[in-house]
Parts: sequence; structure tokens; C-alpha cells
Amino acid sequence: MHRLLGLDPGLDRDQGLTREEEAELRGRQRWLAAPEPSTMTATTTEREGADGGVLTAARRGKRSVSAFLDRNPRVRLGGLLAAPFFWLGIAYLGALAALFISAFWTTDTFTGDIVRSWTLDNFRTLLNEDVYRTITIRTIWVAALVTVADAIIAFPMAFYMAKIASPRAQKILVVAILMPLWASYLVKAYAWRIMLSEGGVIDWAFNPFGIGSPGYGLTATVLTLGYMWLPFMILPIYAGLERLPNSLMEASSDLGARPARTFRTVVLPMAFPAVVAGSIFTFSLTLGDYIAVRIVGGTNQLLGNVVYDNIGAANNLPFAAAMATVPVVIMLIYLWAVRRTGALENL
Amino acid sequence: MTLSRPTRVVLLLALIVGLAVVYIPLLVVVVNSFNVDATFAWPPDHLTTEWWSKAIDNTGARDAIWTSVKAGLLATLVALILGTLAAFALARFRFFGRDAVSLLVILPIALPGIVTGIALNNAFRTVIGIELGFVTLVIAHATFCIVVVFNNVIARLRRLGGNFEEASMDLGADTFTTFRLVTFPMLRSALLAGGLLAFALSFDEIIVTTFTAGAEIQTLPIWIFNNLFRPNQAPIVNVVGSALIVLSVIPIYLAQRLSGETSGGRL
Repeated sequence: MHRLLGLDPGLDRDQGLTREEEAELRGRQRWLAAPEPSTMTATTTEREGADGGVLTAARRGKRSVSAFLDRNPRVRLGGLLAAPFFWLGIAYLGALAALFISAFWTTDTFTGDIVRSWTLDNFRTLLNEDVYRTITIRTIWVAALVTVADAIIAFPMAFYMAKIASPRAQKILVVAILMPLWASYLVKAYAWRIMLSEGGVIDWAFNPFGIGSPGYGLTATVLTLGYMWLPFMILPIYAGLERLPNSLMEASSDLGARPARTFRTVVLPMAFPAVVAGSIFTFSLTLGDYIAVRIVGGTNQLLGNVVYDNIGAANNLPFAAAMATVPVVIMLIYLWAVRRTGALENL
Repeated sequence: MTLSRPTRVVLLLALIVGLAVVYIPLLVVVVNSFNVDATFAWPPDHLTTEWWSKAIDNTGARDAIWTSVKAGLLATLVALILGTLAAFALARFRFFGRDAVSLLVILPIALPGIVTGIALNNAFRTVIGIELGFVTLVIAHATFCIVVVFNNVIARLRRLGGNFEEASMDLGADTFTTFRLVTFPMLRSALLAGGLLAFALSFDEIIVTTFTAGAEIQTLPIWIFNNLFRPNQAPIVNVVGSALIVLSVIPIYLAQRLSGETSGGRL
């Protein structure tokens, strides 16, 4: 609350008024009493200039810039948007566009140079060769499994954090969820490699129950990726549930709904956008991953591996670009599909 | 909703099991950093601090950490500025193409890292024609960090509404004074949360980094990746990983203390 009211040490320093500020205030008081104020900012500036006299040029300059901005919201909007738009709209989108244009080119197999003549060959290869179709379906499947598993694991955790834990416990739990994000991705992936190895932690812990490690492969990949993206699912759901007023749930139970029904008809629909927001992370992060699958996935390949190998070893940027359109198209369809749920506001 | 006792217990159990799953692999890393056996035989026979003392003398790791910190700080700074500007534009104005802009900000994190990575790589090398290096790395990192700052700031702006600023302007403060004395103090904790997450994202990024950093720049994740599968270096990698896990408590603790928020930031 202190912060909201602006009652912090930074403000106190400014409370002793300087002579200029007092003059300014006097000018303003007179303005308040003045009979016919036209536009506020203009009058204020004039008055101060006329009666203060002590105002420095710089200060007046700042005032008039501010007044100008006040009168011209379009200029203000332009000023705010210019830099981010240049960075993302021109540089980043431009880079993406350049990449996808090169998807329609080919590479000379002898020289390794890019041949800039338009062709759909890359996309034809992509669609016609079984191996790429298999890899695409496998990748979507892994991404979906990771997303569903994370949502199922994250929801009860987030629910407990947001609705049952005391405020103090809430803080500690948020820290507990955030901390693994700081632990290195590679170290975590490697930890799973060690745990899944023969005679590793999982064998050691679960062999007494007759369960062994699944070994390196797709199951291991799903486990590892699901593990790594779990915080990306918990945090948006937690934020969404925290915003959900308790009174709604109370109203529902006052009206006779049992907890299960309240959950189904009140909590779940309202928390759904947050789940979708989390799924954007888990889905996209999985679609682009090529490292975890190399560490724990055995010989399996995902889309990311194909793109990576074509950039590196094969030196075939056009084909890599064509392959990269697959996850992009999947993500754009996904974003378009979830747009209406309001998930993008929950990111 | 009045939850029955069994439901609460089940939810608590789910939370505890979930946290255990999150922390056990991290614990394995920490324990293995003391494991005598360089191939991490489990359970460890004996414990040793040999790897820790070797890691402290490892200049490669130290240089890599320093590079990562520098890149992370610069990318965070750029992201703080651009993310805040974009958040103000979208929170305070309605204009044609507003939805497109909000999608644009999200795009670098909604698209898989490898796409951003090769797109920027291609743009730097062939379209603009600059050498990959530290600058390109910072540009690439800032691009996907903008969204975290943006999300934190816009959430805060939406919650606050414009009343405080209007009051300040009505009392005669100009745009800049209002920003300095009213808006900024109210945004500070959101900026902190967003900045920290941006730094964390940048610090741990490997996929975009691989494509935009150039051969001679070694960030910590790149160093880890290069050393992970070397038998002599793997234990040292484990030590660095453990140290990061332990040290990560500091920034998160500070963020919690300074922001006094329960939400701890949005991704």
C-alpha cells in the first residue's frame, strides 16, 4: 500500500519545495481561481512563465514538451512505439521473413552456395519423404504429451499455492518454483541422463518396486522436457488462480454446488486461459528443442535436430528454413486457435 | 469454496510430490558434485571436494560466467527499456493494429528458439553482413527478453489503471514529473521482477546463443555444453551447476524482499 500511495523515501526528498516550485504553486493557485481557464496546460505554462520569472529555460522547455505531448496523443504513442517496433517489427520480423524467403531457394551441392532461384523443392521433399513426416508427427506428439503432463502436474500445485497456502507459505512456494529456472538447462538435462542411466538413481530407487529406468529414448525425452518446462506451466496457472476471486467459489458453494462441480463450472473455465498460456511455453519450447533429445533421447530425432543438422553439418540453409516453417506454422495455428480464450493476456 | 479435509490433504500431497520431483534432480547434481567417481556411479562410494577446488581454478568456467553476466545485463537493460515502452503503448492507447503489436512482442518467445536463432543468424551474416560476436548475442538475447518485461509491466499498468497519473496531472505535474514521482515508483517492483526473469532467461539460453554468438564467444551454457561429455570435465560442470543452483537463491530472495509481491513475476 505504501508503494501505491507513493509514500517511499524517494518521494520525501522532494517534499521540501524550492523557491521555483513555490512560485509555480502560487501561479497554479491563481490559475485555479481564474475565471476562464481555456486549456489547462497552456494556461499553466503561460502563467508560470509570466509570474514566476525565476523558471529556468530548461524547465520551461521540459514543460512545453510535456504540454505538447499532452495535446498530441499520436506523437506520444509514436514515441512509445517507435523503438520497440523498429526492433521487433522491422529487425526481427525482417529476419524471419528473410529466412522464409530462403526456404524457396536451394543449395548448390558442389559449391555449397545458395542458389537464388525460386523453387518449391524443399517443401516437396518435406512433404514427400516419410522420414520428415514421421519426425514432424513425433515432435508434435512429444510436445502434446509434455504439455498435457505438465498441465496435470502443475494445476494441483498451483491451486494449492494460490488458494490454500497461507500468504507466507505462498511466498516461499513461489520462490521454490522460480529457483529451478535459474539452474542451468544443460545441467538439469544432464542430471536426468545420469538418473536414467543403467544403475542410476531411478533404477536404484524404483527397482525394489519392480520398475526400472525407461532408458534413453522418447519416454526419457518427454520426462526430461516435462521436468524442465514445469515451472513455465505452474507460474501462469498460479497467477491466473490468484486473480480468481474467492468470492466466486464461495458463491458457487452457497448456491449448492459441491466442490467438484464448483471446480468444473467455475474454477476450470476461469483458469483455462492461464493453462493455455502455460501451454504456449511448453509447446513452443518442446517444438524447438534439439539438445535435450540429444542428451537423453538416444537416436531419436525431433524437428529441431533436423533444422540444426541442416544448418551445421549439411550446410543447407534453405532446407533448414523450410523445415523451420513447420514449427512456426504449428505455433501460429496454435496462437490463432487460443487467441479467443484470452490466453495471450495471461502469459 | 470450502474444501473437504481429504481434498486438501490430496492437494498438499500433490504439491509435495511435485516439489520433490522438481528438487530431486537438482539434489542429484549437488550430491554428484562431491562424488568421487567421475562417471557418477550411484549411490556415491565416497565424497570428495576435489572437483570443487578444481572448478574454482578453472579459468574457462570463470570467463564464461563473466561473459554470460555481461550479456545478460545488457540484454536485460535493452529489454527493460523496449518492454516498458511497448507496455505503455499497449496499455494506455487504443490504435489500429494493437493486437498485431501485442502478438509481435510475444512472438520471439512463442516461436521455438531454433527459429529465432537461425533467422537472426541468417540476418546478421547475409542480410546485414556483420560478424557474429558479443553484440549480435546481446541483440538476440534482448529480442526474446522484451516479452518478459513487457508482460510484467503491462500486467501492473492494467491493474493500476490511470487514476493516480490523472490525479498527479490534475495537481499540475507534467508528464515527466508524473512518471518520475508517480508511475515509476508504482512500476518498480514489476520492472524488478521482469528484469530478473529476463536476466535468468538470457543467462541460461543456449539455442539462440549457439546461432548468434560467434565462435570465440563462450557463454556459460556454451561452455557447459562443450564440456559436458568430456570425462575429465563433467565433474567440474556438475560443480558449476551446483554452484548456480545454490547461488540462484540470492537474486530470487532479493526480488521477493524488494518487491514484496506474492506473484513473483510473470513469464
